[in-house]
Amino acid sequence: MTGKLISTSSDWTFETIQAYDREIGRIARDKFKLDTYPNQIEIIRSDQMMDAYASVGMPVFYNHWSYGKHFVSVEQNYSRGRMGLAYEIVINSNPCIAYLMEENSLTMQALVIAHACYGHNSFFKGNYLFRSWTDADAIIDYLLFAKNYIAQCEERHGVQAVEQLLDSCHALMNYGVDRYKRPKPISAAEEVQRQKEREVYVQQHINDLWRTIPNRKQNGQALKEEVNFPADPQENILYFMEKNAPMLENWQREIIRIVRKVAQYFYPQRQTQVMNEGWATFWHYTLLNEMYDEGLVNEGFMMEFLTSHTNVVAQPDFDSRYYSGINPYALGFAMMKDIRRICENPTAEDKVWFPDIVGSNWIDTLNYVMRNYRDESFILQFMSPKIMRDFHFFALQDDDRANAIEVKAIHNDEGYRALRETLSQQYNLSYREPDIQVESVNLRGDRSLTLSHYMNERRPLGNDTYEMLRHIHHIWGYDVHLNSVEPDGRRARSYRLGAS
Amino acid sequence: MAYVVDRRLNSKNKSLVNRQRFLKRYHNQIRKAVSDAVSRRNMTDMEQGENINIPKRDISEPIFHHGSGGNREIVHPGNKEFIQGDKIPRPQGGSGGSGSGDASDSGEGEDNFAFQISQQEFLEYLFEDLALPNMIKRQLVGSDSFDTRRAGVSEVGNPNQLNIVRSLKSAYARRMALGGKARRERRELKAELETLPESEAARRLVVEEEINRLNVRLNAIPFLDDFDLKYNLQVKIPKPSPKAVMFCVMDVSGSMTQDIKDTAKRFFFLLYLFLKKNYEKIDVIFIRHHTQAQEVDEETFFYSRETGGTVVSSALKLMAEVIEARYSPDEWNIYAAQASDGDNWQEDNMRCHKILTEDILPTVQYLTYIEIGDRQPQGLWHLYEHLQGDYADRFAIQRVRNNAEIYPVFRELFQKTIDKG
Repeated sequence: MTGKLISTSSDWTFETIQAYDREIGRIARDKFKLDTYPNQIEIIRSDQMMDAYASVGMPVFYNHWSYGKHFVSVEQNYSRGRMGLAYEIVINSNPCIAYLMEENSLTMQALVIAHACYGHNSFFKGNYLFRSWTDADAIIDYLLFAKNYIAQCEERHGVQAVEQLLDSCHALMNYGVDRYKRPKPISAAEEVQRQKEREVYVQQHINDLWRTIPNRKQNGQALKEEVNFPADPQENILYFMEKNAPMLENWQREIIRIVRKVAQYFYPQRQTQVMNEGWATFWHYTLLNEMYDEGLVNEGFMMEFLTSHTNVVAQPDFDSRYYSGINPYALGFAMMKDIRRICENPTAEDKVWFPDIVGSNWIDTLNYVMRNYRDESFILQFMSPKIMRDFHFFALQDDDRANAIEVKAIHNDEGYRALRETLSQQYNLSYREPDIQVESVNLRGDRSLTLSHYMNERRPLGNDTYEMLRHIHHIWGYDVHLNSVEPDGRRARSYRLGAS
Repeated sequence: MAYVVDRRLNSKNKSLVNRQRFLKRYHNQIRKAVSDAVSRRNMTDMEQGENINIPKRDISEPIFHHGSGGNREIVHPGNKEFIQGDKIPRPQGGSGGSGSGDASDSGEGEDNFAFQISQQEFLEYLFEDLALPNMIKRQLVGSDSFDTRRAGVSEVGNPNQLNIVRSLKSAYARRMALGGKARRERRELKAELETLPESEAARRLVVEEEINRLNVRLNAIPFLDDFDLKYNLQVKIPKPSPKAVMFCVMDVSGSMTQDIKDTAKRFFFLLYLFLKKNYEKIDVIFIRHHTQAQEVDEETFFYSRETGGTVVSSALKLMAEVIEARYSPDEWNIYAAQASDGDNWQEDNMRCHKILTEDILPTVQYLTYIEIGDRQPQGLWHLYEHLQGDYADRFAIQRVRNNAEIYPVFRELFQKTIDKG
């Protein structure tokens, strides 16, 4: 290699950023076969970064008080020096937009470019969840459409009415995603066009559903229908509301739809935190080290980079005062690095645990892993005993029928598999969040809505439940029932919210 | 190849709307925090922003989540001594859930959502729903207040008002107009010269000479002429300037303790801030009195101590004199605030009545009187109570016991009255 330093100063300029991007991009593409969307790097000030934080990182977003709340808390913590801002925010769009803060030193900018513009970017483009659930080409346009539509609704129907509806929708956001079937890609232009048709169609459907005058011909049929609507339990509560709630106006259905689409867009991110951050961290580490090997950067650069990298991947122990759960950067990075190690320098243990990948090409293997897994399956498949030992993982079982918490497994031969399964479970959204589905609607009677909470390990619902029922009631407009059901069908607890 | 964009000059405050919506939503809590702050704060930092604390539960956004109970497993890092099958007693404090003891005593409690509002917002909340009664009855043209506004373009002006775009446009037009014909001729001659064969030397000479002559002419047209210069025209528009004067009248006789004075000071200060919010220009006159009245500066007013009896009418008389001499009611909005512990010589009350009804009440916009202390209403109170009936639109009296009551009393005094009809 030629060994020519790109820069020696720590202040960045647009030219040096371009130069770093060129080199990092070249290595990422040619040497490590990373496939990315084109990059758009935007330099912003710290207050703009706070703005970006407040609107879930998106460049355009509709207005809501909760983002204001988020903003003041970020502002407060930042100005008091209690938290630093992230060095970057990256958006899953095509082109992939990455925000860089102007305060960053040149080394940090290079780190961020490697991390966001090549790490996250290639993950967005490659991972199966993102590929099948989000539409990177259309998201910015769609958000712009949503922002304008909601602003319009505010003008027509009042800020308060829209805000209340958004409150309720946001509360149910996690229950506004399709978990299994692929949604249609969103596109702003189409959305505007189809809006009209949909209004007519939906109204028609709802009129049919809530028809009170008996239809003589289908009388028999209607009775049968009454027994079971919906035919199967529905897990996408917001979707069900949008299509079937009796008293909503069209604009309200549209707003529910918007919240649903946004929730769907973020759904993959919630499922791939460890992988996504681990992948990006692994690549900034690997790319910048490669640059050092090629003589493009000097020791001072590497020192600064490694200091910051070490902070990012630090994992405090459970009894440390800094502990706040498992650091996804730390776990993800360690696992990605470990997979490379297993490919290149396997131990006897690895040959037993990972016979498939031992000795394979590490670039291809990592690429395959990135494309086809999410946190839950990634951990279940690829967490090696070495990782569990390095992290000193242990599993606790807290059963309210026992007097004490029991240590179920530790990092030893008997414990590895149990430990890995438990940790994997921890990243399973459907285990983490209560499983609540629409059970039935009383079509011919009081129009009440009944939801079921399918209990798992006897865990009850938390203390927000009545608050949540109020939100559901606000959208549905009639009585709402919620039953916590044991796997054997026994009702453990019933909640009810009615007009009375 | 990445595309690098500099967004640093983009507008800031993208979150402003969201922030305002948030403030609006938690309006009541914020107002309560502001009101608490007033009774807690010193005078000197009354004008600053404020930290607002709102209980977290009021502000949380609910989601469906698991409560404690049932059977759950969780993985933690950093095992040091546990082996499989160890039993750990449940941490005390109810939720045996995750087992992470999160009692934090660092800084503000975890139970509060804390944020800051700016000074301006603080004052907004402080004086929200309050109105100055009889405000700006007389809007007058003050001699020194002008608004300058753009009023088109002029041929004359100062160099610093030069309108460059218009000047250059005008110069360009002039150059076109003056040189157009000559330039066209030159173009034609040049074209002719191109086509002329070498043989016609005589003709060529003539043409070249003509071109040179045109060149001289064209070069003589100046790029920029005095005539082209255009200036932005600014006109001065006289502005109605509401001016206000505020009289602070306080008893400094022996019976007024430092505590009472401090309470009075808070009241005066609130009134001052409030007036400042409504008027651009405010004069403040401090009058203190025992048996005699004196106009003093702020420092003396609040901190020096005098002893002796109390003759309230002396202060009222001085105030009437000052109004007469310096603050013509035609030009000024006059506000007065009087604070006292209520002591007065019995026989002085009649004099007060006279001065108030004849000289002061007809000229002021609003007169407030607060009586500070725990005691039974004193002589002055009875007199004022009587007067208040006749001048309800411009005279208000209240009793205050301590600092904490100042703000509520202040709000009561200036509560916005809803106009009928």
